[in-house]
Amino acid sequence: MAERLLEVKGLKVRFTTEDGVVRAVDDVSFELDRGKVLGVVGESGSGKSVTAMTILGLTRDKNTAFEGEVLYRGENLLALPEARLREVRGNEIAMIFQDPMTSLNPVYTVGDQIVEAITTHEQASKQEAKRRAVELLRQVGIPNPQERVDDYPHQFSGGMRQRAMIAMALSCNPDVLIADEPTTALDVTIQAQILELLDRLRADFDSAVILITHDLGVVAEVADEIAVMYAGRIVERASKRQLFYDPQHPYTWGLLGSIPRLDRPKPKKLASIEGMPPSLINLPQGCRFRPRCPHSFEKCFEEPDLTNRVEERGHLDRCWLSVEEKRMRRTQTIAGEARVA
Amino acid sequence: MTAFIMRRLIGMVAVLFAVSVLVFIVFILLPGGDPAERMAGKNPTPENIHNIREKWGFDKPFYVQYARMMQKALNGLTPGPHSEYDILRSFDTRQDVVHEIVKGIPATMSLCIGAAIIWLFFGIVVGVVSAVTAGTVSDRLITILALVGISMPVFWLGIVLRFFFAETNTWFPDGGYVPLTSDPTQWFYHLLLPWFCLAVLFIGFYGRVLRSNMLDSMGEDYVRTARAKGLPPRAVLQRHVLRNSLIPIVTLFGLDFAAVLGGGAILTETVFDLKGVGWYAAQSVGGLDLPPIMGVTLYGAFFIVFFSAVVDFLYAYLDPRVRPA
Repeated sequence: MAERLLEVKGLKVRFTTEDGVVRAVDDVSFELDRGKVLGVVGESGSGKSVTAMTILGLTRDKNTAFEGEVLYRGENLLALPEARLREVRGNEIAMIFQDPMTSLNPVYTVGDQIVEAITTHEQASKQEAKRRAVELLRQVGIPNPQERVDDYPHQFSGGMRQRAMIAMALSCNPDVLIADEPTTALDVTIQAQILELLDRLRADFDSAVILITHDLGVVAEVADEIAVMYAGRIVERASKRQLFYDPQHPYTWGLLGSIPRLDRPKPKKLASIEGMPPSLINLPQGCRFRPRCPHSFEKCFEEPDLTNRVEERGHLDRCWLSVEEKRMRRTQTIAGEARVA
Repeated sequence: MTAFIMRRLIGMVAVLFAVSVLVFIVFILLPGGDPAERMAGKNPTPENIHNIREKWGFDKPFYVQYARMMQKALNGLTPGPHSEYDILRSFDTRQDVVHEIVKGIPATMSLCIGAAIIWLFFGIVVGVVSAVTAGTVSDRLITILALVGISMPVFWLGIVLRFFFAETNTWFPDGGYVPLTSDPTQWFYHLLLPWFCLAVLFIGFYGRVLRSNMLDSMGEDYVRTARAKGLPPRAVLQRHVLRNSLIPIVTLFGLDFAAVLGGGAILTETVFDLKGVGWYAAQSVGGLDLPPIMGVTLYGAFFIVFFSAVVDFLYAYLDPRVRPA
């Protein structure tokens, strides 16, 4: 059995704001083993980025309250003092962000920023760190790394900047790499290259990856397991195969339905999930997806647990519908025919 | 590099020319500006005035007068004996304008460089402290102090400082200037109050600007990246937040410093009786004395143009994005 690197247990994150308490993440649990890729999917505000940032303690603030545990090799990161957590950041768990245009400091060279990541955690000389920076840039596919290492971020294209960010994240050989929407700001051909790169590096560096995205197409490429988040909760969690072939939650159906497909007749209008995600300050009673769900009924005013309801173990969902009903109804939802009553 | 300097030099000549023409035209158009009448004293005969006009060349067309004035100003800058009427002289006192400005430079430089060091240092301290403690009591307190500093008129503050610290209590000398070369201690002692008086406004202003720049920077993605790398907060603040927030401060500082150096510290120099360039400007404006005003204006414009070139140069150094490829 693969080594368990990360275990998130009942994580809750609340922000106190002037408008009220925002329940950004509410009871999220998952596990991550070495060499695996976990895809976290959900729309904006579903809590996926907050979950990721909380693992690294980047959401720590006097207005933020946490519950639950984030166990990294058995050590609870939520309870670690800031100084000790800094040793984990970038060293054992590294993160790359959505917008490579703004995620690098414009006034330092790309090489300097990678060197900074290395020297923060290791006793390496500047020359040694720079030599490694060049090597890392070569590994992430930057042509001519010897020269490009002295370039400033604005001299790199978007795809190259994201490669540089990945190089920086991998500089201390982390066990876990969190990629928060790494391809969202890039065009489609570059997206594919970056995903390929991430997958190759995961194997080369033998690390585990949390891949956060709003695009099911992205996780379809590389994820082993997928968690679908909605309004701060995981609503469905399954292996990639299970999630795509036997999706259980109506929200997952909606996401699947909103992917344009080339292998089906062209619909008049691309299916979408109607309505807006709920405010995280005033959550709806019961199932959080109920107000937008075309299949809701009385029972949905009570919130379902995230449990295993199908034959396949490890496939969890939060929906009251019986498995038979789900399998009957989902085709029309995915095809965009069902509407909120 | 050479192209940059050449462009800047040409630009400087153009700006100085435009400024001098403007100053000249304003004085021609200004009512009561006829220098011959002012110079002839009380109850002059028409003949007196006529003679003065002829002697000083006020009867010539204005462009000839302008050209003559510029020629004289240039003569004053070049060494060599010049006859009585070949250098720029005050209409009122007949003193050599260039010489008078040069005489004022040590006092002005002393005032401005000292004040600039104080305002830059404390401006940055105030900005950093209030940005780091944003939203807390200390931030609010600093904000109030900064606003008070910005709102205090220099002439009022100067008079109050003199009253309390030089007259009621004689802790400091009551105005005046002692050259650095004759007595460094007294030089320093005489300048402390004026330095502080001139710096207060800028400290408040720079502190506010830096605070908001830093708060903006703290929300930048690259700062999040720096934290995610595991950098300690101090390094994040210094290398990523402050480094980037100081870039706009450089622009401000270059222009403000040039302005006070070029005679813009009129009020401070006048209140503390520092006979510098600003004081000289104030005297000349009071007497509608065109030659010194022209001289001081060109002198000030020179510094503005010069320091804005320096700022552009520094900018390219501080921000690689504006460097020519």
